[in-house]
Amino acid sequence: MYKVAVIGDKDSIYGFASIGLDIHPCDDPAEAVRDIRNMAEIGYGVIYITESLASQIESELDLYRERPQPAIIPIPGVQGNTGLGMQNVSGFVEQAVGSDILSDA
Amino acid sequence: MAILNVNPTRMELTNLKGKLSTATRGHKLLKDKRDELMREFIDLVRENKEVRREVEAGIAKANQHMAIARSVMSDESLNVALMLPMQEMSLDISSKNVMSVNIPVFDIQYKTADENDIYSYGYAFTSSDLDDAVKALSDIMPKMMRLAEIEKSCQLMAAEIEKTRRRVNALEHVLIPNYQDTIRYIRMKLDENDRATTTRLMKVKDMMLEEAHHYSEREQ
Repeated sequence: MYKVAVIGDKDSIYGFASIGLDIHPCDDPAEAVRDIRNMAEIGYGVIYITESLASQIESELDLYRERPQPAIIPIPGVQGNTGLGMQNVSGFVEQAVGSDILSDA
Repeated sequence: MAILNVNPTRMELTNLKGKLSTATRGHKLLKDKRDELMREFIDLVRENKEVRREVEAGIAKANQHMAIARSVMSDESLNVALMLPMQEMSLDISSKNVMSVNIPVFDIQYKTADENDIYSYGYAFTSSDLDDAVKALSDIMPKMMRLAEIEKSCQLMAAEIEKTRRRVNALEHVLIPNYQDTIRYIRMKLDENDRATTTRLMKVKDMMLEEAHHYSEREQ
């Protein structure tokens, strides 16, 4: 049985508590790295992370790319959409095909 | 044209022919795997982009409501309202095998029987904007789980496609041509040896006959 967590700045993630996700308020990248390592160990299946935080610890998130769990998914925070999530998806296409053949531009 | 470092012998030739047919079969299989993976991947990525757009819009909407709620309510009462969630969500993750890539399949489970049981507070001391925010998040939640599922699948498949593509290319452009060239080289070498042996034998026969019958002296 896996759990679902949200990590990011407090304002962005507070609401998710009400619908049954575990929230981990956190602003400091180093602390986020520790939290994520910990969560990956103890059986979290999905970790949503705010884009602003994710952009600071990308190298750490790459470690989980090839593992089946946890799925670490960037979501926009209160500061608005930075486009990081979409960039990631385009990154997958680039990795698989060689160039981003599905871009809207 | 690159020739492997092997002895041009008949045994080596047989070995190489075996290797070449294995490599060719492997190449064909891997190419099929790559094509099928790519087909699935493209569909999945399209869906990924769409779902992500919806999720991002949904979260933005929820954040707007949340911002209003935060401005009309005190921090304390907001904290208290969300302090003890009613709902708890957990996941069953099984996996589906797509062309030897294990992609996850999520099965969401809620602690309470009614999954709409999302308001963890009485309505007396909270703003209706908080209700809206929570409702908006709850509405977008199935999409978010689907997003997580698809995005992880895309991630895993992209890595596998990259690997498979490299293997196909290595087989197609390096290994198989090398084997073919080497086989041709050995065959040439063996044929050449055959011809050399034949001519040598003819020459020796001539010399022996000359010794026995002295043809050249008789002609004079």
